[in-house]
Amino acid sequence: MELLWEISIIVIKIVVVVSVVMFHVAYATYFERKVIGRMQMRMGPKEVGPLGILQPVADGIKSFFKEDIIPLNSDKPVFYLAPVISIMAAMSALAVIPFFDGFIISNINLGILFILAMSSLGAYGIVLAGWASNSKYAFLGGLRSAAQVISYEVSLGLSLVGVMLLAGSFNLNDIVEAQSSSVFGFYAIPQILGFFVFIVSAVAETNRPPFDLPEAESELVAGYFAEYSGFRFALFMAAEYIGMIIMSSLAVLCFLGGWTVPYYVLYLFPFLGAVPGVVWFILKLYACIFFYYWIRATLPRFRYDQLMALGWKLLIPLSLLNILITGIAKLII
Amino acid sequence: MVSLDWYVVLSLIIFFIGMFGFLSRRNIIMMLISIELMLNAVNISFVAYSHYIGDMAGHIMVFLIIAVAASEAAIGLALVILMVRNKETIFVDGLKELKW
Amino acid sequence: MLNQIIFGYFAVTMISLALIVITRKNIMHSIVYMLILFFHIAGLYLFLNAEFLAAIQIIVYAGAIMVLFLFVIMLLNLREELRKSRFAITWPIGAIFVVLSAVMIIISVFGNRFANVGNVKISDIEKVGHTVAVGKLLFVEYLFPFEVASLILLVAIVGAIVLAKKEIK
Repeated sequence: MELLWEISIIVIKIVVVVSVVMFHVAYATYFERKVIGRMQMRMGPKEVGPLGILQPVADGIKSFFKEDIIPLNSDKPVFYLAPVISIMAAMSALAVIPFFDGFIISNINLGILFILAMSSLGAYGIVLAGWASNSKYAFLGGLRSAAQVISYEVSLGLSLVGVMLLAGSFNLNDIVEAQSSSVFGFYAIPQILGFFVFIVSAVAETNRPPFDLPEAESELVAGYFAEYSGFRFALFMAAEYIGMIIMSSLAVLCFLGGWTVPYYVLYLFPFLGAVPGVVWFILKLYACIFFYYWIRATLPRFRYDQLMALGWKLLIPLSLLNILITGIAKLII
Repeated sequence: MVSLDWYVVLSLIIFFIGMFGFLSRRNIIMMLISIELMLNAVNISFVAYSHYIGDMAGHIMVFLIIAVAASEAAIGLALVILMVRNKETIFVDGLKELKW
Repeated sequence: MLNQIIFGYFAVTMISLALIVITRKNIMHSIVYMLILFFHIAGLYLFLNAEFLAAIQIIVYAGAIMVLFLFVIMLLNLREELRKSRFAITWPIGAIFVVLSAVMIIISVFGNRFANVGNVKISDIEKVGHTVAVGKLLFVEYLFPFEVASLILLVAIVGAIVLAKKEIK
């Protein structure tokens, strides 16, 4: 009976998290088009519903009813499998993210390592999709993505080591609590180098502009998913946006203090203590996602050799330096 | 409680499957994958022994084996690329200069 | 009882996956099955209270080594290799060697078993967390092997670059 109760609570949590995240994924596309439209002096979507608010629904319906085209010479089992791997890897990382105090599907000790493992699996979806499509654009996209994800995973992992050192734990809950009791209230200031490396690597890891070499529209058509259509295409898009949400939540949890507000802010404005934690989490998350859109609208795409040089010659040495500095500081203090 | 022998048997079976793959496949990449399979089988038995004997040294060994496996894969795949560049085949029976 | 069922599932799946991996004609399919096998091995590690090793297994093996394999396979054009036979002509000799060494290893594994029983209790590991337990042991007692391993990795990086780099005239 006890077991049944626990299982039903977990199932309810999963349903809540998945539905909320899918809703956010749908409206992240709308938000993205509006924001980028405004930045480029356009209006963005405004035809479907008031202010275009129903645009994501229309997109979803359209992708459901499009014809599902399978290329003739493709490797069919792998072709079917690739989008599933992609979305599975993205969604299972949601299981260890605490959205506010105590609300987490599975509170495991290895939270950060689990998210890193799952984000490294995302590469399989892309590589296998590129290979199975049997098309040169998709193939080039897959090849680029494999190299990019291997290189940037290293700096992504290393940039989080500083946070792990300061908090002394892999558990995301513990990390947030350690932050709220630290001097600055969040780790973005003492870990400024790590934060910088993390942001750049997170953008590269999710294949977002300006590091969207695997899908570069203007040179590779759409890269690894050029041959996908209909619902499978929608799965890839959803996986990309979920990956973005996960990387943003990781940034919020590890560097921006999660659902807490720094104590000195609370000291100055005591009434902010009444705001529930989930609101802070969501606000910080939206700020991170807005940052993704902002750099997409601002920066041109990198060249491939520039991307590799940035990863190996700048970000990895910087993150190693950050670990060194953090370790020495922790020894001294 | 599953007894230790079952873990050892499982590890041995996977080890011999990997060994057979290494000895019988012609494709050099498959031979490298078979080596990974054998290393993983050894890792399983290390972790199982460690759990049942109550000594953490096996976990350290697994950690070191994973590091060595990563270097082995990197070197091995570099050799594969070299082989394809020079011989234009990935089958090991294409390498027969030393055969008289 | 539940333990036996879970172990039985893992054992049967892992053995059949291993067989599938070494018999596929298409290396890409082999690698996908290998990926599933790695997940099962990680599950087995969780079963044996080695959660840090499970995470490392996924991150290093699935996330790095197998992606490296995929990358190399994509760099080489292997489509025409699919038409040739997968086993060498000498595979029966290989099978004989496997059986012989199997007999030898099984005799030596089950014949004389001796071990210094350690004093690490599972409850001790659970109290501090597996990561902390491994870390303390690794950086205190096994520091030298750890440094040697890092040196091996460095050699591997340099070696791979030296081997695979094209001559620049």
